[in-house]
Amino acid sequence: MFGWRGKILRINLGTKKIEHEPPAAELYEKWIGGKGLSGYYLRPFITLPFDDPAMPLLFFTGPLVDTPTPTSGRMTIASRSPLTGTVGDTSVGGFLGTHIKRAGLDGIIITGKSESPVGIIIRDNAVSFHDASQLVGKPVSERLRMITGDGPVALTGPAAEHGVLFSSIMIDGHYSSGRGGLGLVMASKNLLYLRVSGTSKTPVCDDALIHRAREEIIRLASASPALLGEFGLSNFGTGALYDLVNARRMSPTDNFKSTYFPQARAVNAYQFRDRYHTKKTGCAACPILCKKKGSDGTIMPEYETMSHFTALIGNTDIDSVVEANRICNEAGMDTISAAVTIATYAEISGEKLTPVRIRELLHSIAQSKNEGALLKKGSYRYAREAGKPNASITVKKLELPAYDPRGAYGMALAYATSTRGGCHLRAYPISHEILRKPIATDRFSFSGKARIIKISEDLNAVIDSLTACKFIFFAATLEEFALAFTGATGVQMNAQELLRAGERIYYHDRVMNSLNGFTAADDDLPERFFTTPGTSGDGIEIPALDRTAFLSSRAAYYRIRGLDEEGRPLEAKMKELGIL
Amino acid sequence: MKELLRKFELKLIAQGLCDKEKPLFCALDDTTFWNRDDEAIPLLEEVSSNLNIASILFARPAEPYFTILNALSDDARDGFFVPQDSETRTFFHDIPVTDNFDAHTITAALKRRRSIFIRDRGIITYGTIGPEQAFVVYSSVCFSSYVKFFSDLLFGTTRNQYRKEFALREAQNYINYLKEHTKDISLKKGPHKLRDDIIQAMIEAGRATVQCRLVDSYFGNISYFNENAVFISQTASSLDELAGAIDECPTDGSSCAGITASSEFTAHREVYSRSNTRAILHGHPKFSVIMSMLCRKEGCEFRGECHRRCQEKRFIGEVPIVPGEIGTGKFGLCNTLPPALANSGSAIVYGHGLFTTGREDFQEAFSEMRNIELMCTEKYAAALSCI
Repeated sequence: MFGWRGKILRINLGTKKIEHEPPAAELYEKWIGGKGLSGYYLRPFITLPFDDPAMPLLFFTGPLVDTPTPTSGRMTIASRSPLTGTVGDTSVGGFLGTHIKRAGLDGIIITGKSESPVGIIIRDNAVSFHDASQLVGKPVSERLRMITGDGPVALTGPAAEHGVLFSSIMIDGHYSSGRGGLGLVMASKNLLYLRVSGTSKTPVCDDALIHRAREEIIRLASASPALLGEFGLSNFGTGALYDLVNARRMSPTDNFKSTYFPQARAVNAYQFRDRYHTKKTGCAACPILCKKKGSDGTIMPEYETMSHFTALIGNTDIDSVVEANRICNEAGMDTISAAVTIATYAEISGEKLTPVRIRELLHSIAQSKNEGALLKKGSYRYAREAGKPNASITVKKLELPAYDPRGAYGMALAYATSTRGGCHLRAYPISHEILRKPIATDRFSFSGKARIIKISEDLNAVIDSLTACKFIFFAATLEEFALAFTGATGVQMNAQELLRAGERIYYHDRVMNSLNGFTAADDDLPERFFTTPGTSGDGIEIPALDRTAFLSSRAAYYRIRGLDEEGRPLEAKMKELGIL
Repeated sequence: MKELLRKFELKLIAQGLCDKEKPLFCALDDTTFWNRDDEAIPLLEEVSSNLNIASILFARPAEPYFTILNALSDDARDGFFVPQDSETRTFFHDIPVTDNFDAHTITAALKRRRSIFIRDRGIITYGTIGPEQAFVVYSSVCFSSYVKFFSDLLFGTTRNQYRKEFALREAQNYINYLKEHTKDISLKKGPHKLRDDIIQAMIEAGRATVQCRLVDSYFGNISYFNENAVFISQTASSLDELAGAIDECPTDGSSCAGITASSEFTAHREVYSRSNTRAILHGHPKFSVIMSMLCRKEGCEFRGECHRRCQEKRFIGEVPIVPGEIGTGKFGLCNTLPPALANSGSAIVYGHGLFTTGREDFQEAFSEMRNIELMCTEKYAAALSCI
């Protein structure tokens, strides 16, 4: 077998039993890897509570990982989300995926619950369990120093031990599997860390073909202003989007009550670079290197974190944004959910948040103290318990990222249909609605968006299964990645056939959510977007969303996706996709 | 959606890429919109039902493209031909051709590539985001075929008397077109100081460049320098539709709002820093591109990689030719173009396109582009006549 390693590792933390399983070749071709394969192994358990010992926590790589394909260093972590109850999968960077592959594995399935805090160390074929009780309560960076051995580490932080519903799993201290609270699933198993070190390079079928694909992808990336251009992600990190999104008047401001942040120039990516003398770092096999570190090693916040810890809460203190990012990383908390939750708190309480207060609130959440005992449940549950449900800007209980949907109607539809809740990455229409790639679309129109969102979801599902980074697709296409896939695996699949696999994988998400009772009622946006206009100016009008047009577009999406009027899967479609 | 189809249908006709009332265009959402009836619709619907796409376009190219594509189909090996110009090659790799107008063959090709030419019938392309993608691909197939056809004849790859006569006739028609249609173009006089004036001047110059067919689809770019900012067309913008598609980029980099600026922003900025130029115009005039690829050096170690590694000092007339790929990579034209353009006022990037400058406004840049293209076409005709 090429590209894939042909082996899945099962670990039961309750019994400490270890099994190696060789999946059938057809399974690989059907589900590809990453998100696809982890979904396949998750489905039989998806109706269990997230903290049931039988609920699997899945770490899966794809066939391109550990090959020369650009941006192929990513992997998927998946389970059922504690925050949303939906399928919960995250694509995460760093080097863990590469080492899992080099340990001869395509994926690791962890079930059961350890009686005491435990860590797992995998070194090639050897799997060992280690007492982790001395790590409890320690911040992530300290845990990292205390864990023995070498190789990348996935670990939880103290937030998970305190029941924070948006706890993350941190890879090497700063690559975050953030959305949906998978850190809490890990903590529920009493698993504090997973360290993997592999030394066996993944064999590929046709090295020359992969290098040809690589050359084409690099050439396209070089031609992309958003990636390698002067103002692009490589130079400024994802924070490069900050000025643009604000200029388009779609920066979520003041807990989504407005869409323009007048003080943005004081806290934009240029200011971060100027103040912290940032340098590039990033994931394995990546030519973009969008991650930024300060000259003293300080991790710089990503775009979402920058935007939500400034505009969303009215903060212009640049150091406090870096500090908020650090607190979340040390505690193991999703920065987007944390920021939106404290923005909800600010709206409901009427409190003006100072940098000191922001820090206090984040610590209180991580430790489940004072207001944090409520806020740790996330924006949705907190707002309901406070009697102000409309102050929570969430979809399926997941806090929205930093693109206001009133400024991009494809984004509005994509938030609603996202299978893991309010997420920008399932379809990422920002690519064409804002960044003009592969072409520009009319961001103030729902026309044609239903099909575009469906196709983009399919595309991103297969990207997360290969696994690669969505950012490279600002420049490259599945044509080039299909070449790399064939070079890696020897399996002849063209771009459209990979897209078909993506359709299967994404529909499978809908099937799993449906088993947990999710319907059209959940594929909706907060009322605020339909009743309150955004901040118009500079010749740009930001009206409230037209609910009739939104619902019409959503209905069109259901028809195109092959769902019933309530957004539920159809047996005929499941049969067609081979997932009945 | 119908309006969008009509828009690109008209653009195809206006740019001379297909005949009036000929393009068959479809947009798919939850329902299917066709721009007109046609007997090919059932077949195309069968094709589109097997693809995850949002639009499909089928049209018979206008002349000379139709004859050119049929000729290239005759030469195609293994069912495709490979464009020679560097920009199209970057994005399209190869272009499938077939004699079979059947759903199975077409679907198989479109699963691999974004276009196919069916001999004696036309081009089929699609878009996953919308009709504009199909339009852009169609336009690029025409451009790259044109460049390949004329290049092959001049470079001796193809020896065919009928094609030679056809090419000479077309070159002469093109010379006549350029002389008659572009001589009276008059653009706003500079220097432009105010933001609105700059933008209006860019819109006007961009539109003129497209109308005179010195650039195709949404390729090409344009910029103007004023004090501490470069105004530049956005990536994936059409030069004839620049309203709302121009970024103002401070030269000190203090804002990233220009992340959507053209991929050639760095090259433009560098030219402004090296010279007194205020305006830069970049188009893809066909014969400038073709002639830039004509090199008869024997045994060159960089043959096959000329577009990015050529070391020779080459000129057409007094216009320098430089290698360089799009954007900012190791072989990016941001490294090679600025010194040449700042020094000479115009430069051709090998197999890619022509950059011209103006000291105060776009009139000088536009006239230079027109004159260089005229010169290149005349040189091409003269060179081909001697073969």
